[in-house]
Amino acid sequence: MSTPTRIAPEVPARPTGPVRTQRRLPRFAPLGLYLAGLALGAALAALTGSGLTTAVVYGVVLGTLAVFVASRIVEGPRKATDRLVTALVTTAFGIAMVPLLSLVWTVLDNGLPRFDAQFFTNSMYRVVGEGGGAYHAILGTLIITALATAISVPIGLMTAIYLVEYARGRLKKSITFFVDVMTGIPSIVAGLFAFALFTLLFGGGVRLGVMGAVALSVLMIPVVVRSCEEVLKLVPNELREASYALGVPKWRTVVKVVLPTAIAGLGTGITLAVARVVGETAPLLVTVGLITGTNLNPFDGRMATLPVFAFYQLTQPGTATQAFLDRAWTGALVLIILVMALNVVARLISRFFAPKTGR
Amino acid sequence: MAKRIEVSDLNIYYGNFRAVEGVNISIEPRSITALIGPSGCGKSTFLRSLNRMHEVLPGARVEGKVVMDGQDLYGPDVDPVDVRRQIGMVFQRPNPFPTMSIYDNVIAGNRLNNKRMKKAEADDLVEKSLRGANLWNEVKDRLDRPGSGLSGGQQQRLCIARAIAVEPDVLLMDEPCSALDPISTLAIEDLMTELKEQFTIVIVTHNMQQAARVSESTGFFNLNGVGQPGRLIEFNPTEKIFSNPDEKATEDYISGRFG
Repeated sequence: MSTPTRIAPEVPARPTGPVRTQRRLPRFAPLGLYLAGLALGAALAALTGSGLTTAVVYGVVLGTLAVFVASRIVEGPRKATDRLVTALVTTAFGIAMVPLLSLVWTVLDNGLPRFDAQFFTNSMYRVVGEGGGAYHAILGTLIITALATAISVPIGLMTAIYLVEYARGRLKKSITFFVDVMTGIPSIVAGLFAFALFTLLFGGGVRLGVMGAVALSVLMIPVVVRSCEEVLKLVPNELREASYALGVPKWRTVVKVVLPTAIAGLGTGITLAVARVVGETAPLLVTVGLITGTNLNPFDGRMATLPVFAFYQLTQPGTATQAFLDRAWTGALVLIILVMALNVVARLISRFFAPKTGR
Repeated sequence: MAKRIEVSDLNIYYGNFRAVEGVNISIEPRSITALIGPSGCGKSTFLRSLNRMHEVLPGARVEGKVVMDGQDLYGPDVDPVDVRRQIGMVFQRPNPFPTMSIYDNVIAGNRLNNKRMKKAEADDLVEKSLRGANLWNEVKDRLDRPGSGLSGGQQQRLCIARAIAVEPDVLLMDEPCSALDPISTLAIEDLMTELKEQFTIVIVTHNMQQAARVSESTGFFNLNGVGQPGRLIEFNPTEKIFSNPDEKATEDYISGRFG
């Protein structure tokens, strides 16, 4: 432009600025196209005589296609691809949410009728029809899970400390390998292990709450080891060196510097490990069994637990079938609430114990 | 309190790799000794071997003698933990304990070792150490706040306060100012000049002006090539090193004609 005499090739004038601008679909257009797609889908479904699900599937596919084509015409191929992939990702998310929402809804729908005070205060002692509750099973689950935690956390945490702070070379590798293998063992195998162990020790036919706790710890220890190991690895090496440089012995450094720094992560990891085993059914089925009355002593005879309680209510209903089914659903609901509460606790732990920056 | 350190024929290894070889040096009490040299020449490794921090790393070991006031620090009956109580260390990156308050950070060396102290005694120690580190006036109103909330320069001075609170004889500093701005650097250099009244100070630095400003003696480390062990090329009074060094390599390095 400064040299008007120069002959420039004919370039179409850009409307504004140095950055290329682009035509865009009006903001309401995608929404409108999707609504149109859904309407068309509903019409198609009505024509072919299929249900609501089919209509939604038709509608989403048609709407996505319409938006893609419109965007390709108006906005160009890059933006069109962007919209298509966004639609795909969102749909995948929607599909993933379907079973979760459906499960929560079903459990709430079926479980709420018996979600009453009686359920939490009564056991199944001498109940053959309606009424009764899971008082014994809730307490049994809490006791056995607490016992399993008491066994697994010291072993798991110390193994993690050993792996991160002390172990070297081949031993470390083999421990890590076997912990990984243990993470994958099926829960029934853990149950059979505990069953076989206690049968060897106390003879055949023995059923104890502590057997269940041992079976659950077999499942829980590798989870605790892995999560604690990851958290301990995150503690900066500089803090260990700072402590050594003050003349603090290694074990005291671990106990007073490394563990307090990692406490939030350790608490979270352990709580999630508890949540992982609290709903286990198979190992408890073969080791703890079930009783109708309340037994709070894990070292004496059978105990009731929520998963096994729900299992038996469902598979062996008595004369009043509906009452048994209701109790099974409510048992499942309580179990879900328990796991959810543990997850909330884990979040609170990580929030309250996280090192404060003071800014 | 300050003590002399005599190092003779020191070889330092990482596994089979000899990182530093044949160091002979005599570090004077109540003075600042600076160690300079290019990256990877073994200055920090040598520094860490003085208080047996080197062997914290797996496979790391040391041959030779480090004698402090007649006692070989690498003798068979010497506990490295005791050595580190005598010889404190300040690291390149400020590393206050994130779970502790400023107050607790300062007396961490005593608390972590379960030394019982009366409250008044601990208060005195904290004030004395923070004053020693030139930090007292800035933090005296917020001693219960976390140490990680301070600025970088304040954190580094907190780490110095923490190191001098255990009352060591020697203070090792591994590039203590490399992460700090010029004002904080000046504060720490002033602090070093005050601290040398009581402590023997050894400082590793990449900043030659800093070495020239604060130290009495300077050691120049160099290595012949990648994969070769680092060696102490020259050890002389700072003035001599920076005006009329004995070795050609030292002069090249100092005048920037290196490599």
